[in-house]
Amino acid sequence: MKTLADLEKIKNKTLDKMNIRADREEGIRIVVGMATCGIAAGARPVLNAVSDEVSKRNLKNVVVSQTGCIGVCRLEPIMEVYAPGKDKVTYVKMDAEKAVKVVAEHIVNNRPIKEYTIGEADK
Amino acid sequence: MNLVRSHVLVCGGTDLSSSESEKIITEFDVRLKNAGLENEVSVVRADSSDLCASGLVVIVYPEGAFYNVTKPDDVKEIVEEHLVKGKIVKRLLCDESAEAGSDVKPLSEIEFYKKQLRIALKNCGIIDPENIDEYIAFDGYKALGKVLTEMTPEQVIEEMKKSGLRGRGGAGFPTAIKWEFAAKQPKGVKYVCCNADEGDPGAFMDRSVLEGDPHSVIEAMAIAAYAIGSEQGYIYIRAEYPVAVKRLQIAINQAKEYGLLGKGIFGTDFNFDLEIRLGAGAFVCGEETALMTSIEGRRGEPRPRPPFPAVKGLWGVPTILNNVETYANVPQIILKGAEWFASIGTEKSKGTKVFALGGKIKNTGLVEVPMGTTLREIVEEIGGGIPNGKKYKAAQIGGPSGGCIPAELIDTPIDYDSLLSIGAMMGSGGLIVIDEDSCMVDIAKFFLDFTVDESCGKCAPCRIGTKRMLEILERITSGKGTVADIENLKDLAEGIKSSALCGLGQTAPNPVLSTLRYFEDEYMAHVVEKRCPAGVCKDLLQYTISKDKCKGCNICAKNCPVSAISGELKKPFVIDPDICIKCGVCEGKCPFKAISRK
Amino acid sequence: MADNKTIPFSGTPEQEKKLRAVMEKYKDTKGALIPVLHEAQEIYGYLPIEVQKMVSEGTGVPLAEIYGVVTFYTQFTTKSKGEYKIAVCLGTACYVKGSGEILERIKSRLGLEVGDCSADGRFSIDATRCIGACGLAPVMTVNDDVYGRLVPDDIDGILDKYMK
Repeated sequence: MKTLADLEKIKNKTLDKMNIRADREEGIRIVVGMATCGIAAGARPVLNAVSDEVSKRNLKNVVVSQTGCIGVCRLEPIMEVYAPGKDKVTYVKMDAEKAVKVVAEHIVNNRPIKEYTIGEADK
Repeated sequence: MNLVRSHVLVCGGTDLSSSESEKIITEFDVRLKNAGLENEVSVVRADSSDLCASGLVVIVYPEGAFYNVTKPDDVKEIVEEHLVKGKIVKRLLCDESAEAGSDVKPLSEIEFYKKQLRIALKNCGIIDPENIDEYIAFDGYKALGKVLTEMTPEQVIEEMKKSGLRGRGGAGFPTAIKWEFAAKQPKGVKYVCCNADEGDPGAFMDRSVLEGDPHSVIEAMAIAAYAIGSEQGYIYIRAEYPVAVKRLQIAINQAKEYGLLGKGIFGTDFNFDLEIRLGAGAFVCGEETALMTSIEGRRGEPRPRPPFPAVKGLWGVPTILNNVETYANVPQIILKGAEWFASIGTEKSKGTKVFALGGKIKNTGLVEVPMGTTLREIVEEIGGGIPNGKKYKAAQIGGPSGGCIPAELIDTPIDYDSLLSIGAMMGSGGLIVIDEDSCMVDIAKFFLDFTVDESCGKCAPCRIGTKRMLEILERITSGKGTVADIENLKDLAEGIKSSALCGLGQTAPNPVLSTLRYFEDEYMAHVVEKRCPAGVCKDLLQYTISKDKCKGCNICAKNCPVSAISGELKKPFVIDPDICIKCGVCEGKCPFKAISRK
Repeated sequence: MADNKTIPFSGTPEQEKKLRAVMEKYKDTKGALIPVLHEAQEIYGYLPIEVQKMVSEGTGVPLAEIYGVVTFYTQFTTKSKGEYKIAVCLGTACYVKGSGEILERIKSRLGLEVGDCSADGRFSIDATRCIGACGLAPVMTVNDDVYGRLVPDDIDGILDKYMK
């Protein structure tokens, strides 16, 4: 890497790969908060379950990634879904079983599971 | 045996004749044959599904997509898009799903996030911290590129000055002044250090940045190195943070691979390398001179200043040290400009501050707010208030060096100067909420216990003075304190403040001074009435049985391990305070809630 | 604090070989004593005087200085640890949520003080500074297992799991 142009090239290539551009037409990004607090609360099995389920269902154009602290430690493990043209959906207090359900309902059938989302956490 | 790649289940709805589903199955067969997939996809007729009762449902596995099919053209689309290209046909997914997601609250509308503004935590929770490309995708290393190719070191320092960024690790010293000081030293070996020895109990802001966005710190350190003329940096990080250490090491390796660390960065003649040094569990190593002695491989004891590290630091050469959060702001300032940064916050405290919100609060977590946000907004709006209907008593800010903010000052704006004026300090950002169940004398004792344990022992005021203070507090909490003790505490505290060698010692009395300032009545209750108003200090507790509520059932007396309770059946029982060991067993066993502690 | 009722030092030649390799690796690194000690503790589990002597011989740093460093930092320990290392977080967030009572319960159940290791070498108790899991306060760890949102009555059940 020698110039700002090289940097820009990586940027554009990666933005496409990450499924995160706001104006993209398709491609889903799923992230699981894997900072110390998330891991302590059980984020690792959640991440594994999501990855397994996505590959088991042979889903194309779905990126599953770890990320840092999302902030609401109380509600860890946290998992977020970025779908094109929509606000990201934040799922809280996840476990492997719930994560698998989210893949089936939200990712495949476009039906977010409201009861697991952050807005419902305290109801 | 044929290996089938996908299964298509066609389920007739309850009010559809079977001929409808036959038609659809035939349509699938034809379309699949046209696409050459007849051996890869099996089409099966299934019993009616109760999921989409209103229409004909087609489920495609392994994905498990539920489609609502009404006309032959839909089949064409499913075959061409889903089965051939592997794309789920959103348009045809079961009706009830279409609008189901619309009332899911987005994160930005959750109270916890509404008042937050993320600069230092910008990438945390979005990018994969172990992938440098994702950092670059969010404009990472662009600031370093800009600095190296378009700016002189003087211009970098000037920009930092204009931004008004102050150190986020404790005292709030202007970052640019440190840099300028070191830059003005004669050319030669200089070092750039990062303080990631986050020792305040209850604080984890720096850990979160390093675990979520390690490259931002690396980039900022390279920028700082360019500004002062250094080629080597050290990150001093607690060994208690294994995840952060691992991610930081991965990040450094990736940056080296990309040539963003090493020789001739961005094709210029600027060289910079970075090394991680692990702490070994000593709170005092968060103090800058102690941290440097520790990097040198010795006991992490502080030394007097001046000379300041910017003149004589690590191995005796000019060194700058900033903490993680401070660095995390730097690339943003360079990219978006000093004016943008200076427009956030208050007149003398620019930008944002990250707090680790903990203790008796609903939403424990990591929050980043503009400077000048009031404590009330943080506690009540972002934090969601105190759980279980308890009352707010105080917030402890700044850890063992800080102080507490009582209810009457909850509208204080959080910035460096406002906090100092009420006897607290920003510190690194631990914010612990305390409710009516905690005893403030006990809290002060807790922090002093911490400093006594962590005092390095080099200077007498800290080593001996804090120990004496702790002894007094222990006397007070065990009911043996006197009014004179409170005066002694104040004297000792002032003495230590003015004579200790380093920042740790000088600020060690703060938790005592600040609880004395706002909660002297609690201290007085301990020494005069021999009573702990919060019911925490065991030696001062008194268990009593209410005459009105007691039914004389004898359960408490049977359970008392020391036989301190006596009485006649069906008449109120009594506890002999001289025998009672205050274990609290009776309180839990009483079926009539007749026993209380005071 | 009570005497360390554990086994006398018994280093193996393999351990010594590993330690020599570590010291070789850091030969040219400035101020490498602390990293060397970290890795030495990884190898031996603790840093008894015998190990400190080897480090002194290998690095040329006087034993007195090494002893000074080892005893200065709380992460370095001259006592061996148990097979199950129990650590209770006494950070502020955990403390206000009652980690002190958790620690008391563990101490009385095992009959050990903080810093001690049981005579059979199975359990040791430490009180740690904030481990950063404040959202789960109060927190304890047993080796790599994290237990959060504890109440004293949870302790027996948790310890039972490791008693078998």
